[in-house]
This record gives sequence, structure tokens and C-alpha cells, in this order.
Amino acid sequence: MDAILQSAVVFLKETYQSRENEYQGQVTVLLAMEHLIDALTRLRDEFSFEMLEMETAVDYWPQISPRFHIVYQLCSLQHNIQLRVRVPLDGNSPSLPTIEGIYPNANWHEREIWDMFGIRFDGHSDLRRILMPADWAGHPLRKDFPLGYEEVQFSFNFDEISLRKPKPGK
Amino acid sequence: MGIEQKAGNLGIVTTTLEKVINWSRTSSMWPMLFGLACCAIEMMASQAANYDMSRFGMELMRASPRQSDLMFVAGRVSRKMAPVVRQLYDQMPDPKWVIAIGDCAACGGVFNNYAILQGVDEIVPVDVYIAGCPPRPEAIIHGVITLHEKIRSEKLSTWA
Repeated sequence: MDAILQSAVVFLKETYQSRENEYQGQVTVLLAMEHLIDALTRLRDEFSFEMLEMETAVDYWPQISPRFHIVYQLCSLQHNIQLRVRVPLDGNSPSLPTIEGIYPNANWHEREIWDMFGIRFDGHSDLRRILMPADWAGHPLRKDFPLGYEEVQFSFNFDEISLRKPKPGK
Repeated sequence: MGIEQKAGNLGIVTTTLEKVINWSRTSSMWPMLFGLACCAIEMMASQAANYDMSRFGMELMRASPRQSDLMFVAGRVSRKMAPVVRQLYDQMPDPKWVIAIGDCAACGGVFNNYAILQGVDEIVPVDVYIAGCPPRPEAIIHGVITLHEKIRSEKLSTWA
């Protein structure tokens, strides 16, 4: 592991009691929600992780609790290293402080997470749906959201399905 | 017969009003630039030099729905885009036709889920469906010719 990456991981482990996981050169650190803003600010300022490459969420329902993991992929362009920070989050009205103040590009990433998972971000300037229509009900990427597929029309059930298909108005 | 025999070589042709109107509609049909996804590339390819669609009357593609008569829906239509497609269709003046290019516009294609409309005929009435993922330019041209044949067989009683 790169020396600077190693020092960042050691710093996170000692200051915030976080757990580290390495797999094929990719380093992930598990962090608690309370330390999120503080840790990311210090990573950006002291360890020069200037860029938030990606922010997303994973739903592990029903296998693992807490259900959601918010994943932040940080990148340092100066030193050419990448670090992943995961924040576990419970599923009952999940909310998290926003990191828009630290990395402004998190705006749309957090809007997408709100749209797809229903995780609110406290302090976000403009939290509304970004991928689905504005009046859509539900959060599609949760594991308990139905797939929403249409039954395939074969010749034996062609007419039954044609009756139920929505038709255009003139 | 009759008048043509008398007029000789004056260059007079007699035909029916139906045929003239249908011929003029098919020979100069201007499509609306409405490529949504990958099928748009094939639409562009069939408009470009190698498989020229200007031979069939589609000399140029108008970006404005007010100045076009044919809407090529090329590509998948998501639920967020559906009201926009309908609004553009409503803004086109009569007579108007719709060709659904590709599997996604015809029936939802490979995307059988909550986010993609299962066929654009859920929101606009489609005249010709072109199958393929994406359909080759020759297939698109075949679809255009099928639409021309459909229009040539239209009757005066339907639009008079």
C-alpha cells in the first residue's frame, strides 16, 4: 500500500476507531456516522484527497443490519491514490449530514441517493428527485421495491395482455 | 384517354385528387429530429451519405415539431421523458405520422422494468414499427417505404 494511503488509514483508525479492509489493492475504511464530516474534512485538508470521485449507497436488506452503507470514493490527484469510506446506516427513516460543504460535486450524487434509496441528507441545498419523475412514489433501488416488469406477450396470452395495456389518447 | 389523346404532347396528365395528395405527402415528408438513444445513431446513418434518406423525400430533419410531419421515435423512452414525447407529438400539425424505430420504442426492448415505457405506443399512436436492436439503415428505409405505401392507400373519405 502506498505510504500516504497507509498514513491516512492509520490516522482514521486511531482517531475514529474505524475498521479497515483491503482487497486487491483497494482500501476501504468503515466509519461511524458521527465522525463523517470531521473525517472527510481532515482527509481533504491534511491528506490532500481533493476529489470526491463517487458517492453512492448499497442496500443489504434483509441479510445484514444496518441496512444501508453509504460509500464515498475519495481520490487524491496529487498522489494518485484512492480511498473508499463506508458509513453504515439504519433503515428506519435514514438520514445523514450532507458533505456538499466539503465536496460541492456531492450535490447530484446525494440527490441520486435520495431518489433511489430514500436517504435524506440534512443540510442539502436542493434535495429532490433526479432520475425518476418528480411525482414518483417509492425508492426504486431498495431491495423491497418491485422490479416493475411487464408480463411477456406470447401468442397464447396476447389478447389478455392487450386488454390491460395502456393506450394513447388521440 | 379522352383529354390526354386530344392534348397530345402538351404534357397534361390526369389523375385523382387522392393520388396527388398522397403522392405529395409521401414525396416530401420531413421528419423531426427525435433520436433518444442508440437507435438515433442508425437514424443518423440512414440520413447520411451512404444510405441516403433524401432519396425518399426526407431531405432534412427539422428540429421543431411545428415544422415536421413525421416523428421518428428512435430509442428507449423513460417514464420521465414520456410527457415530453407526448407534448411534442401534440405540437405537430396534422397530418402527422409516427414511426417507432427499434425494439425499445416498439415494445420496451430488453428493458422490462419500472423506468422504461414498454413501447412508445402507450402514449402516441404509432403507424409503423421497425424491429431491430438497432435496426440496420436498410431496415429503417424499408420501414419508411412501408409508411409511404400506407399513406398511398389512404382514402379521401378519411381526411375530407
